[in-house]
Amino acid sequence: MSDTQTQGGGAGFDLSQFHGVFFEEAGENLANMETLLLALVEGSTDDEALNAIFRCAHSIKGGAATFGFRDVADLTHVMETLLDKLRRHELTVTTGMIDTLLESGDVLGHLLARHQGGGGGPFDCAELVARIGALTHGSAAAPPQPPAAAAPVHAETAAPAPASAVPSGGRVLDVEIGPMDEPSMADHLVELFAEIPGLGTIEPTDGGRADEQRVRRFRVATAAPDGELLDLFSFHVAREQVRIVALVDASAPGPATAPAPAAPAAPAAAASVAAAPAPAPAPAAADSAGYGFFDDSPGAPPAEVIAAPPAPPPEPAAAARAATVAPPQRAAKPERAATGTGNLEQSTIRVPIEKVDQLINLVGELVITQAMLAQTGRTLDPVVHQTMTTGLSDLERYVRLLQEAVMAIRMIPMAVVFNRFPRMLRDLASRLGKQVELHTIGEDTELDKGLIEKITDPLTHLVRNAADHGIEPPQDRIAAGKPAVGTVTLAAAHQGGSIVIEVRDDGRGLNRAKLLRKAAERGLPAHDGMTDSEAYSLIFEPGFSTASEVTDVSGRGVGMDVVKRNITALGGSVEIASTEGQGMRVSVRLPLTLAIMDGMSVGVAQETYIVPLASVVESIHLSADDVKSVGGSGRVVEVRNEYLPIVALDELFEVPRVAERDATGIMIVIEAEGGRVALLVDELIGQHQVVVKNLEANYRKVPGVSGATILGDGRVALILDVSWLVRRARH
Amino acid sequence: MRSILAVDDSASMRQMVSFTLRSSGYEVIEAVDGQDALDKIDDRQVDLVLTDQNMPRMDGLTLIRQLRVQDRFKRTPILVLTTESSDEMKQAGRSAGATGWLVKPFDPARLLEVIRKVLPQ
Repeated sequence: MSDTQTQGGGAGFDLSQFHGVFFEEAGENLANMETLLLALVEGSTDDEALNAIFRCAHSIKGGAATFGFRDVADLTHVMETLLDKLRRHELTVTTGMIDTLLESGDVLGHLLARHQGGGGGPFDCAELVARIGALTHGSAAAPPQPPAAAAPVHAETAAPAPASAVPSGGRVLDVEIGPMDEPSMADHLVELFAEIPGLGTIEPTDGGRADEQRVRRFRVATAAPDGELLDLFSFHVAREQVRIVALVDASAPGPATAPAPAAPAAPAAAASVAAAPAPAPAPAAADSAGYGFFDDSPGAPPAEVIAAPPAPPPEPAAAARAATVAPPQRAAKPERAATGTGNLEQSTIRVPIEKVDQLINLVGELVITQAMLAQTGRTLDPVVHQTMTTGLSDLERYVRLLQEAVMAIRMIPMAVVFNRFPRMLRDLASRLGKQVELHTIGEDTELDKGLIEKITDPLTHLVRNAADHGIEPPQDRIAAGKPAVGTVTLAAAHQGGSIVIEVRDDGRGLNRAKLLRKAAERGLPAHDGMTDSEAYSLIFEPGFSTASEVTDVSGRGVGMDVVKRNITALGGSVEIASTEGQGMRVSVRLPLTLAIMDGMSVGVAQETYIVPLASVVESIHLSADDVKSVGGSGRVVEVRNEYLPIVALDELFEVPRVAERDATGIMIVIEAEGGRVALLVDELIGQHQVVVKNLEANYRKVPGVSGATILGDGRVALILDVSWLVRRARH
Repeated sequence: MRSILAVDDSASMRQMVSFTLRSSGYEVIEAVDGQDALDKIDDRQVDLVLTDQNMPRMDGLTLIRQLRVQDRFKRTPILVLTTESSDEMKQAGRSAGATGWLVKPFDPARLLEVIRKVLPQ
């Protein structure tokens, strides 16, 4: 938290204790803002949406300023200024604004992540801030301006504007800036005036050089009020370093200067605008302290209390100096309810994930203890020990319920993943020149947090693929009699103990003949007798690509194989269905949690191993004749016209044997990453749920083993890494 | 024990304000917006209201007006927490019936300072 300055030590409070809540809240506001921005279109006049977006930025700004995150507060401040003009309909929404605000949201996410100690280097927001400023102040084009490329403007070269050239209704001001660490930063102000048409003129009066106090001086002719100038100047220099003195004021009726419309947000942003010999303000104020009371208002303290002691940091002069009080036009209009912020009333508590994981571990231990007791209980005579056996079966039931309840804590809705796609598709579609609409179904479907994190990348790839390779360009779609706008649908639903996530598109679909031809060209085992499903699965083969041109969006056909591998590693599976010309559907099936797994326990000599049930295809009794030797020591077995490599677990794990193994054995066919192998074992013990323990964390990584579990009798059983076994046997 | 109604849609601000006030011996009723405040306060009396301005559903000024029409809140100090200290804002606060304002951001010390002024010990 390098940029964090925590204020407020004065009352003995450590504000950093509230940072966690602030970050969570800012994250929610950012996500909310993005959703709302994505729903905006050019020229949008949806007051509810505009107010809600404004409030998101406003809320982040308030918190950031309070908790000392200056960069976040500064960026949200300029966003807020733009959004305020939009919600007041002083400006009209443009695509450029939406894009810039979305980009700003990304930058805010980056800044917040840095403050939370996340990675990423420092980020210079100056260019972005300048762009937002240009949009706010009506310079529509707003090209990104690389400061280095801009010609440095010095007093010697700049054409001095005559002091008489006062814009209509305008003023001539002396502006002092400093003391500055980098006085040359003030030259950016000259560029600012060059970029914003109608702002007025600026010329250095110090010959382009700072004085010994490192203060720079300018003369400005402008119609803009002080507040607006300060907003603009603060893109480049700190507000508190700016002093504005009016020389000529054609805008004010009397000698007083025009009041600044808005006060700065942060205390550090308190502008000491030395402009105004101000008459006393209407409200009785202790405003220099950052608060005040209306003198005759209900509940106001007696007069002697009102006079607050002068606070050391000079606070916004805007209020203290205002002579003319505007009638309260806007205040009378209550704001309407927000959209997209409807979850405020949920009664939730935030708990660190470690606490939940600890709970899950303890429940895991409990499950194991219960299994041990159950095993012992079976040896008891149910007639003699009736109370005991009843108690044990109750225990089993409640442990199961407890386990489910605890696992449910880690469950979070798929919306967390789905929410990232509207933005991604929008960017993608505009890059590809396509029109794509996203539909989501079943966002409320819940999945374990760990799985959600791991499924995000594969899903991202599938969605990207659907937009890139699936959805056709608008003209092709119209020619095919489809709507110009393509649809990508994300759907999630629970099915038994699994979740099924589908990525569907109504694009061109897969061409079976083309797939098979491509596969043959690539030397992949493809033939006309394949089922459609098998043929479609070819796209999961490493190095396979159906796009005739490689695009920078979906890459070169690497990817789908990685998608499948990642999903398999999570104990899941992928299936493809497609109708040419009508689209394609990729279904991902995942277990609901990684902490518990359905396994098949197998005996090898004295040892027990667990095979993930999801990867078991079948088990077959094997006679010695079925086994054929190939090459040196390799053995294969023929199963349904396919020769499968044999992996003898006792040899692989060097399990000591008391007696020689029978010539016959039991073979379990397992499948992973599109390949099958036959595992040779001594016996099938049974199927049950096992609590997965991380072997790496407790011991070290062992090839061929993905984890461990504790059996009912207290012994440890290793869980086989099916993907590793298949890879090893086939390559 | 003096009770304070603290209304803000930002959870972190609410937490900061409540923590500060509770540590100083006040009872705090939290609300997430004007409507929530009216619901929570029900038939209770509070000694002070602190409300944010810009909130969903019901903003701070509307809340103040709704409170001031009730007899029991006629004389209750109500402070507006605001990021703007412009005269326009102040005038709006004044006509809605606010007692005063406190500019955001503020730190706990300043919050307690202003509260001690309207709620003398």
